[in-house]
Amino acid sequence: MSEGDTLLYLDGVTVTFDGFRALNALSLVLEQGEMRAVIGPNGAGKTTMMDVITGKTRPDTGKVMFGKDTDLTRLDEPAIASLGIGRKFQKPTVFEPHTVWDNLLLALAGDRAPRFTLFARQTADEKRRIEQILETTRLTDVRHRAAADLSHGQKQWLEIGMLLAQEPQLLLVDEPVAGMTDAETEQTAVLLREINRTRSVVVVEHDMAFVRALDVKVTVLNEGSVLAEGPIDLVSDDPKVIEVYLGR
Amino acid sequence: MKLDRAAILTIVLVFGAALVMAALNQMTPPASAMHVPTYVIALAGKYLCFAMLALAVDLVWGFAGILSLGHAAFFALGGYAMGMYLMRQIGDRGVYGNPNLPDFMVFLGWKQLPWYWHGFEWFGFAMLMVVLVPGVLAAVFGWLAFRSRVTGVYLSIITQALTYALLLAFFRNDMGFGGNNGMTDFKAILGFNIQADSTRSALLVISALFLCGQFLLARFVVGSRFGKILIAVRDTESRTRFLGYRPESYKLVVWVLSAVMAGIGGALYVPQVGIINPSEFAPGNSIEAVIWVAVGGRGTLVGAILGAILVNFGKTWFTSVLPELWLYALGAMFILVTLFLPRGVVGLFRRRSRLEPEPEVPAASAAQEVTG
Amino acid sequence: MLRLLALLLLLLCGPLVAHADDPLAELASGSFDTVRQGVEDLAQSGNPNAAKILSALQNGQLYYLPDHTLLIQADDGSYANAITGKAVSDDDAEARSVRINNSIRSVLDAALGSLRLFDPNPSVRLNAAGAVFDAHQPAAIPALDRALAKETDSAVKTRMQQARAAAVLSDPGAAQDARLAAVPVLRARGDEAARGVLASVADQPGPVGAAAKAAVASIDRVLQLWSLAQSVYYGISLGSVLLLAAAGLAITFGVMGVINMAHGEMVMLGAYTTFVVQQVMHAYVPSLYGGSLLVAIPMAFLVAGLIGVVIERSLIRWLYGRPLETLLATWGLSLVLQQVVRSLFGADNRNVTTPDWMSGATQLGGLTLTWNRTYIILFAFLVMAALMAALRYTPLGLRMRAVTQNRRMAAAMGIRTPWIDALTFGLGSGVAGIAGVALSQIDNVSPNLGQGYIIDSFMVVVFGGVGNLWGTTLGALTLGIVNKFLEPIAGAVLGKIVVLVLLILFVQRNPRGMFPLKGRAVEA
Repeated sequence: MSEGDTLLYLDGVTVTFDGFRALNALSLVLEQGEMRAVIGPNGAGKTTMMDVITGKTRPDTGKVMFGKDTDLTRLDEPAIASLGIGRKFQKPTVFEPHTVWDNLLLALAGDRAPRFTLFARQTADEKRRIEQILETTRLTDVRHRAAADLSHGQKQWLEIGMLLAQEPQLLLVDEPVAGMTDAETEQTAVLLREINRTRSVVVVEHDMAFVRALDVKVTVLNEGSVLAEGPIDLVSDDPKVIEVYLGR
Repeated sequence: MKLDRAAILTIVLVFGAALVMAALNQMTPPASAMHVPTYVIALAGKYLCFAMLALAVDLVWGFAGILSLGHAAFFALGGYAMGMYLMRQIGDRGVYGNPNLPDFMVFLGWKQLPWYWHGFEWFGFAMLMVVLVPGVLAAVFGWLAFRSRVTGVYLSIITQALTYALLLAFFRNDMGFGGNNGMTDFKAILGFNIQADSTRSALLVISALFLCGQFLLARFVVGSRFGKILIAVRDTESRTRFLGYRPESYKLVVWVLSAVMAGIGGALYVPQVGIINPSEFAPGNSIEAVIWVAVGGRGTLVGAILGAILVNFGKTWFTSVLPELWLYALGAMFILVTLFLPRGVVGLFRRRSRLEPEPEVPAASAAQEVTG
Repeated sequence: MLRLLALLLLLLCGPLVAHADDPLAELASGSFDTVRQGVEDLAQSGNPNAAKILSALQNGQLYYLPDHTLLIQADDGSYANAITGKAVSDDDAEARSVRINNSIRSVLDAALGSLRLFDPNPSVRLNAAGAVFDAHQPAAIPALDRALAKETDSAVKTRMQQARAAAVLSDPGAAQDARLAAVPVLRARGDEAARGVLASVADQPGPVGAAAKAAVASIDRVLQLWSLAQSVYYGISLGSVLLLAAAGLAITFGVMGVINMAHGEMVMLGAYTTFVVQQVMHAYVPSLYGGSLLVAIPMAFLVAGLIGVVIERSLIRWLYGRPLETLLATWGLSLVLQQVVRSLFGADNRNVTTPDWMSGATQLGGLTLTWNRTYIILFAFLVMAALMAALRYTPLGLRMRAVTQNRRMAAAMGIRTPWIDALTFGLGSGVAGIAGVALSQIDNVSPNLGQGYIIDSFMVVVFGGVGNLWGTTLGALTLGIVNKFLEPIAGAVLGKIVVLVLLILFVQRNPRGMFPLKGRAVEA
């Protein structure tokens, strides 16, 4: 693939907290339209990597590029989100007092400035898009319920729905199936593959069955840097990987 | 914008009561059993001004999660702007009879009006300042605070420091705002005798008008998409950032709006109580305004108005009947409401509404918020 | 004819010449110039009555008769001959008062001063030398020389030498070498007075002026250093007060994260405990009254600490994780506590006495150190050191740190976290009580005592970095010193406002203070 197709490019990214190296010269390249699974033991730096990409944490050194020429280390969270990078958190974080419908409405791509939202009225187009996402995430029946009243799985799905509403180029998904039933997990894998048809996705996950089900290129992180990279079968046979992660 | 029953009821009650009281004061003879004495009119007007302050506090605390312990500062600044206009209206009717200088400046031996007093002889200019002074201060303060993500108790503490600094500053004679004594002995507003019953009644009705206006404005803001984002910011600020919103802009807008609302309240307060002095900046005043909101019901606009009127009515009653018990009552109110009545009085009457806050936060995560 | 003229001249001038030799006759004159001359001459004459006569002149009690006899008026209005002391019965009309003007007055001061230089009492001589120094009249030089020759006391001698140097330097007619030699003597003295003498000749042309100018500059530098040191001392003193007030808060807010708005009231309770302890000791064991503060310290710790435990158990534990609600509830509590104290002790200030060993001041070079401030500085550091040691080395401290770092893990290891919470809060409150003992020495003990400290205390803790006792210490001292350095420039109130505004701006730039804790917890 040519360089023009690179969507996300991390090079030599290092983050230290009080002497502890959360990321250690991490390098990662994600192609346009790719889905990537990132695995690794606890403390390997998965969440910190997400933080760096979304602007929550500034790296001490290293390059983080989005597309051809956007340096993400210079931008803050809202700017990065507006570029088209969406993030789903490990713990589902939705706006609990709001209805499912409102949650999606707030997530819909559009003007984010107060002077717009103060006078904004819901348009027919917005209504159509929300209904579509409700359909995709199977939340149509609960659309008028407060998000606080949803089940755990429904909240996870609502958050994925909110990601979709943002219409991002790249989705960062942190442990999407944690706490889900097997059936829900399966459906989530289907959903993510569906999303991947139009967008790039990075999935951080512990659940090996789920990663296998995704059937994509896997990056194994350990102690802040990449330990191995490749198809799941290849990676899971790697003795280094077995030692630090699968073996335990 | 659709109004629910509670909102309509609030407006009708506030405005209707003010109108009826003013009418009874004006149209019945003092001997009549129906007569409303003027001091009651002034008292009611004061409550309505406090209700505006409460509404302002509720807007930032109830809907944006900013616990301001310095909102009385904006109230007092609006009051001072109005006070300056009223001082200029005194003209040569002061004790020293100086047509150009307020009494306290003559007393200090000043020869001419400080530059920042110019313009306050015009009502329009003074009213502009009522809006601008609190608004600009809030904008500068908020811009600095929200941009560097000062939140929670840190923000509360520096808002308190802000009003404390203003308190000390306004105590100084050379600030040119009357120092310790502030401004008083007002004679006229827009040419009307400020002591006259008719003026008092008119001020009450105007206060009611402004309160209802502020209430409707606050409802509009809270009910808009902006308001929904604000609540999202209150509960999960970081999540809104990852959706591309800038919480600092949202907070700044509502913060400035709230400061201006408080300033208008203060401006209406001064002609009705007849004095403005630095004690209005005392940190305790700001915190008391917070308890009005907590008693009425944080995050419900009706609650803010109700709380302000209830608590201040209680204060008037206590301080006349059992003055030494008032601080016990107020202190107990702070404790009991936070412990047992997190949704306030309004919460007692209302099932859980989607606009109301979620006070239950796991201890561990919140402790981290503070110590981390 | 010429001879006749000469004789006439002699006759005319005769009395004048005679007057010039007799200072007493000079004094008996209506001319200011002659009187001044008389004062100078009398001072140097060695006349045993000189001191008496000059004192009378200074007090306006010296009179003269037309025949130039000097009289001294007693307090009852009667006159006596100035030399013989015999009573003189004379009309008021005959006796005229010797009038003096400012120029005579200063000469008179110097003259009297130089006369006392021979007093048998060394401390009088020392004062006299000081007075001569202040007057620095060249006329005093001969007297000083004579006194110096006889002087044995080294302190007095030094002071006389300084006085002589001042007089020589101030005499434009003196030899240049002598004047140049005087400069280093004054420079060595190095205080404001010496600087004044030097400065008065600094703009004279020639080497003396230049040397004096250099000496003034050198004294200025030294004086500036002392005044700087004094400001630092005041700053540290204020900082130590802030530190004491904030020390307890550094535990309850800094370590536990509890926003205790009633913290100031814990300080206030400590101050009232001191008052009660003093009253009780005064009534029952007056002999031990001097040690009342030492008794009050543990008492205040216990009283405030126990109340703290009660507050934690009854109120704060229901509000963990809700910092804003905690803030409101504890504010309410502070109102109640103030009102309780007001009901029990009245709203007026209560008088807490300062023991003798804490009153007064000492001089350290150019520094004035008041004992109560100095003790409070020492006490503040002692309290901080004890607090740090308690957290670091005691089992309770270990458990406290465990609970604040990972509550669940600590609970899993068998630590009774609720009790640790209560004890930690009690410790913070107790320390606040101790602070109250110290603050009772420098502040009014009234129900409002605590309110004055609460905002400052929070600012100190936030400024220093929450959860960091070193940061709190440095924060308090920095704020104290900055405040004291701003005061001369901006005035006390404006200085405080400036500090508050700077703090507000600082906290907005660095929301986590000077020494923020780092780590993943912060990012989470």
